[in-house]
Amino acid sequence: MNIDAIDVNESIGLVHQVLGDHDKRKGILISTLHKIQAENGYLPEDILRALSKKLLIPLAEIYRVASFYKQFHFSPRGKKIVRVCTGTACHVRGAAKVEDALKERYQIKAGQTTPDLKLTLETVGCVGCCGLAPVVTINEDVMGTIGPKKIKHLIHVIEEEGVAHGEN
Amino acid sequence: MEKIKSLEEFNNLRLLLKEEVFKDDVPRVRMCMGTACAASGAGKVAADIERELASEHKHAEIVKTGCQGFCQQGPVMKVEPWGYYYQKVKNTDAHEIVSATISGGFPVRKLLYRDSVADEPCEMVETVPYYKKQVRIALKNNGVIDPRQIYHYIAVDGYAALAKALSSMTPDAVLQEVDNANLRGRGGAGFPAGTKWKHSKKSGSSLKFVIANGDEGDPGAFMDRSIMEGDPHGLLEGMLLCAYAIGATYGFVYVRHEYPLAVVNLKHAIKQAEEMGFLGKNIMGTDFSCHIDVREGAGAFVCGESTSLVASIEGDRGFPRPRPPRLSEKGGGAWGYPSNLNNIETYACVPHIIEHGAAWFKSIGTENSPGTKVFALTGKVKNTGLVEVPMGITLREIIYDIGGGILDGKKFKAVQTGGPSGGCLPEEFLDLKVDFDSLTKVGSMMGSGGMVVMDEDTCVVDVAKFFLSFTKEESCGKCPPCRIGTYQMLEILEKITAGKGEPGDLDRLEKICHLVGKGSLCGLGQSAPNPILSTLKYFRQEYEEHVHDKFCRARVCAGLGSYTIDHTECFLCGLCKQACAFHAVKESRRAYFIDQDECTQCKACFTACPIGAVKIGKGNKKAKERMGLGR
Repeated sequence: MNIDAIDVNESIGLVHQVLGDHDKRKGILISTLHKIQAENGYLPEDILRALSKKLLIPLAEIYRVASFYKQFHFSPRGKKIVRVCTGTACHVRGAAKVEDALKERYQIKAGQTTPDLKLTLETVGCVGCCGLAPVVTINEDVMGTIGPKKIKHLIHVIEEEGVAHGEN
Repeated sequence: MEKIKSLEEFNNLRLLLKEEVFKDDVPRVRMCMGTACAASGAGKVAADIERELASEHKHAEIVKTGCQGFCQQGPVMKVEPWGYYYQKVKNTDAHEIVSATISGGFPVRKLLYRDSVADEPCEMVETVPYYKKQVRIALKNNGVIDPRQIYHYIAVDGYAALAKALSSMTPDAVLQEVDNANLRGRGGAGFPAGTKWKHSKKSGSSLKFVIANGDEGDPGAFMDRSIMEGDPHGLLEGMLLCAYAIGATYGFVYVRHEYPLAVVNLKHAIKQAEEMGFLGKNIMGTDFSCHIDVREGAGAFVCGESTSLVASIEGDRGFPRPRPPRLSEKGGGAWGYPSNLNNIETYACVPHIIEHGAAWFKSIGTENSPGTKVFALTGKVKNTGLVEVPMGITLREIIYDIGGGILDGKKFKAVQTGGPSGGCLPEEFLDLKVDFDSLTKVGSMMGSGGMVVMDEDTCVVDVAKFFLSFTKEESCGKCPPCRIGTYQMLEILEKITAGKGEPGDLDRLEKICHLVGKGSLCGLGQSAPNPILSTLKYFRQEYEEHVHDKFCRARVCAGLGSYTIDHTECFLCGLCKQACAFHAVKESRRAYFIDQDECTQCKACFTACPIGAVKIGKGNKKAKERMGLGR
């Protein structure tokens, strides 16, 4: 994304009429970080440097904000992001088993990416599909009621579209 | 879409839409497109029904609604004008729905809801036990309208309350009505909205903000999400009424980034409302102006706390700060301007209060907590999903009448309300009338309305550990009591559940709980010990069993108890021997048995046994010796 083309007033919306310059620039920081991440999958350092110059916010300050939020990542991530919901309802209905099965299958821990950048495994607080617990999301798709039998199916779905992984 | 330039124009449009939209003589499928139903394949069902209609040359309207609440049985739909309620619809059922119901008016019997196989099916939605006791105010339009069609919303009396307020009520009258209705904040604490609004109004600044808190981070709660996804205009109308009452000109809806559909639907709704002149400058031709925007979070539970949320809107780290100044005061809100912050559900109630009056609202619910509350009923109950019930209903009614009782006929153990800030209530409180005050009195809280039911197979110590690991992860780290305290409490709980608990641990735990509760800066820390305190209060015996007897009665915690194989049940499959990584399962000529010296209580054999012949008993001699407890 073209950092120089960011229009601060447009990004922050009509509230720009009542805000000072610094407040405006800072106000769009989080939404801009979202955009950068949507495009690159993570927050690359060079783009953040450019952003720092554009918004006149010190790089350290940008990292200070970005590192606070769990959704921002600083290293490249897998093509498929598999999130195991570990919210209360999922926990009670056996999310840990699903998580363990995936960990064993891909030999990575939650929060890690496979070396071939095909899959990132994460846990998430709650995706709000408690009625379908336990729930796993693959990128934006939600898969629910994953019992022991459905784990196989889940792995199959994860590896679809030529993303066959590792040993097979 | 044409801009509405006067209130008269709006009234004309409304009358027109009431006739034109949702006509009685057109068959209509109201298909639930909430996240849960969509995940179960609702999109495909809708597409197949459309295709089937085309090939059969039939006409029917398909309304893709927001969450209808009965997530467990998804995808669900209502077929009108007959009112048939179908659940667990598959795309292969499309043909039958079109040929039997839409062409012939007959119900498709296999899709109707039954309590159990032997029971009579329920044809109408009103007869389904899950919906019978529900009263829908905040969720009224969910399941009725297509959230992406502003005309649908107007046709079901949407924006009528705003028009009423703008045409015949002063801002003070709107505020007074909300105050009279005694609407209490649905975010958890139950602070009266009217008092908050008055405070914001008095702040003496010409510029004010309204903020809707949609950072629903509580695990186990998803009512705000359903409202934002299924009825975004209802939320906007509520915020506009608040803005009108307190004199605010800008507004924000702060949404979790984890709710992409909510963000899309809200942005779409804002665009439509702006085009039609319900938002922006000179709303409906009056001199009231208000702009509303969406702000996304980025995954921080603490941002649901008001001061953190404001910091996040400003583009900073979501740290809470001490109050005063409160948000409603000068210097307290976003960029220092007074801001009125309420929960999504609170705003969603406001249009209905203005439309029907405070007296109507007060006639529902209890004296001190009028109205309804949406609960996300989940956990080990038969029917899970969103339920909106009048305040004052008992827990038993929610769990047994609406929820259909415990899954697999097991025994009820506890119900957890209020997410990580709430507590676990045992069976003796099943007849407790639920409202803000009654729950607080018994050591739990309303919270955002998560309600997780637990059966005898759930270990309360494990549940407390779960919530603590959540609050520990989510502690922002600003104040030491919360940052260090949650870590310490979790450490003790981990010790106990691993079978290494020592006498005195429970007292230590209790002491830290009180320190963290008293010393923390924000609500997250202050309420973090609640799950432990409430379970210690009502299930202390179980904690003691973990510590002294090394026994987990729910058989959840590994590392506790002594493992034996019941030879009368064992049918010698040998799976336990395969499962054991420590060679503790020994084989003799005609039996398997567990060598207590080798056993590490890892539970692998217990999980592996297909018929439950591996038993976990009290008293693990080895562990007791290890702790110097040998008796």
